[in-house]
Amino acid sequence: MGTGLKRKDLLGTRDLSPEEIGLILDTAISMKEIASRDIKKVPTLRGKTIINLFYEPSTRTRTSFEIAGKWMSADVINISTSSSSVVKGETLKDTGLTLQAMHPDVVVIRHSAAGAPQILAGLLKASVINAGDGAHEHPTQALLDLFTIREKRGTLAGLKVAIVGDILHSRVARSNIFAMQKMGMQVRVCGPATMLPRYMDRLGVEVFSRIEPAIADVDIIMMLRIQLERQGGGLFPTLREYSKLFGLNLDRLKAAKQDVLIMHPGPINRGVEISPEVADGPYSLILNQVENGVAIRMAVLYLLAGGQAAAN
Amino acid sequence: MRILIEGGRVIDPANKVDAVLDVCIEDGRIAALGPQPPAKNAAPPDRVLDARGKVVCPGFVDLHVHLREPGREDKETIVTGTRAAARGGFTSVCCMPNTNPVNDNQSVTEFILDRARKAGAVNVFPVGAITKGQQGEELAEIGELVRAGCVAISDDGKPVMNAEIMRRALEYAGMFGIPVIQHAEDLHMTGKGVMHEGLVSTELGLQGIPAASEAVIVARDILLAELTGSHFHVAHVSTAEAIRLIREAKAKGLHVTCEVTPHHFATTDEAVRSFSTNAKMSPPLRSSRHVEALKVGLTDGTIDAIATDHAPHTVQEKEQEFDYAPNGIIGLETAFGLTMTVLVEGEVLTLNQAIARLTSGPARIFNLPKGTLSVGADADVTILDPTREWVVDVRKSASKSRNSPFHGWKLRGEVLATIVEGKVVWELEG
Repeated sequence: MGTGLKRKDLLGTRDLSPEEIGLILDTAISMKEIASRDIKKVPTLRGKTIINLFYEPSTRTRTSFEIAGKWMSADVINISTSSSSVVKGETLKDTGLTLQAMHPDVVVIRHSAAGAPQILAGLLKASVINAGDGAHEHPTQALLDLFTIREKRGTLAGLKVAIVGDILHSRVARSNIFAMQKMGMQVRVCGPATMLPRYMDRLGVEVFSRIEPAIADVDIIMMLRIQLERQGGGLFPTLREYSKLFGLNLDRLKAAKQDVLIMHPGPINRGVEISPEVADGPYSLILNQVENGVAIRMAVLYLLAGGQAAAN
Repeated sequence: MRILIEGGRVIDPANKVDAVLDVCIEDGRIAALGPQPPAKNAAPPDRVLDARGKVVCPGFVDLHVHLREPGREDKETIVTGTRAAARGGFTSVCCMPNTNPVNDNQSVTEFILDRARKAGAVNVFPVGAITKGQQGEELAEIGELVRAGCVAISDDGKPVMNAEIMRRALEYAGMFGIPVIQHAEDLHMTGKGVMHEGLVSTELGLQGIPAASEAVIVARDILLAELTGSHFHVAHVSTAEAIRLIREAKAKGLHVTCEVTPHHFATTDEAVRSFSTNAKMSPPLRSSRHVEALKVGLTDGTIDAIATDHAPHTVQEKEQEFDYAPNGIIGLETAFGLTMTVLVEGEVLTLNQAIARLTSGPARIFNLPKGTLSVGADADVTILDPTREWVVDVRKSASKSRNSPFHGWKLRGEVLATIVEGKVVWELEG
């Protein structure tokens, strides 16, 4: 059982309370300190087994979970489905039951189908962490984004954020909208009308289809990756036009607040949704996000898998 | 063989009957309906069913079921599907042509009818395909299908997307006086959608199917019904916009009819929040705005019939990620309970109107000699307890499949006995 989270699984931010989010962010502060040490190892999760079950390619999320587990002395096993029984047609149910028989403590799953982590959570005694399911949720990404913002601004409540890009297909957008609203932030979304789901306004967010007014007076601009393969699929004509209409460059940034923070969950398409000058500029938090990703995943693993000793 | 159903409240909407009457069945037909028992000089009945305090009505007629035979006998067979029908009070079912092979020629129709005659629990009326192989390209041999016993044509889950083919199908079917059933869905708009496009799909990140995907095809085909003068029937209507279009078409006097499923009026897309694949069907469960419009359509008579779209699938097919699971649920055994609980208790329909939507309504629009207790008619009779409470337990289903979102629901209104052509095919114990 977790030390502080009274739940077995982390499937999304939609069902997290503000207190739970606060606990995870606070725990991540001490986890981040470990990363600055010369010897990056604590015994917190010694004897615990974490399985990374990734049905979709991922570099940063999988590596981040793996490092987080290893720094806390857990045994971390990576399964990528291209080299597993999944290619032989094994169902998610059978994969889940097979893993359960090996008594893992945590299974981290990424899957292209929304709701796959829910299926796994229902089958396993182990804690299940959603590392991204379809266009549904990616809770640890939202938590690390909140952590990064709070680190820079000292608070979350009252801040304004604009999330720009392909909202329709973005699990990062959904998890952030739910989590940010719970923490008292005001959320705007902006993108081509074809990539803004209808009924977005009923989630309590402001909807923009022009980037200039969307970013004008916000504290944070979060740019989303435009998936290259969506070009020509009927949602937008070309990357060139997308970049012209929605790309964030220095010129556009003039309309924003002086100290606006720039975020991006990665991987970025330089020169498409974000210009190199902005991505590498002084207010870009893109690499802070990656760094904090490890701390947040350590916190989540610790709070769910329940270490015996305190992290430090 | 004589059966006397004694003392029940007989509701026969086709004849506008609602009175406490005895029903006498002889040699498979309705022999007499009367306030008094049959004359004393008649031989005593072989069987007396006590229906005091109960409702006696024509057997239900389901315009839309999938019996899966031939081809997918692991999901359902004509034997198990018709048993499920009997338990649900249905004495006649129209089975869709998406079997394997497709029912697009007389030999498949004859096979289905032969199996149904030999082993089926209720009457089976096959629906033939509109086009060969349901491919939407060439008309099937519709004349031969009708001659072999098909009562309508439909390409079912594969809507006819080509307006020219649909126009010709309506014209051609018009020669035989049979309806052309359309599963109204613009496949381009649906794309890879797996649930209703709305607030819930927005939150869950599941790809949405807009309500307009149904309505644009309904609108198109109403225009084609106007052009051809033929009978256009909309299967499982699910949206407010489609209801509005059908209401306007009927007001204009066009030959347009439609059916609604119990799951579309009893549940909403909120059921998808758990990612339960038993909430996945086509058309998808809609939002409450659409459900309210369906209820208005039932009340004002825009909707002619309640049909189940009984769609059995195996456990392993449904035990998958939501995106990958097949569409559909079983529905024959829960249809009456849901109709009573949601529509009659909910004051959408009176008991008489509800029974009409399950009997005379569907029989009339498909020209079936069923759905009535007229003297001389086939003795297809259902005995109901409209107030009895029961809990849905899919493990007890007569279907081969278990894919119902209503497992565990408490319903009011239960089927006590089902009689097909004078034979008791189902009786509730206890």
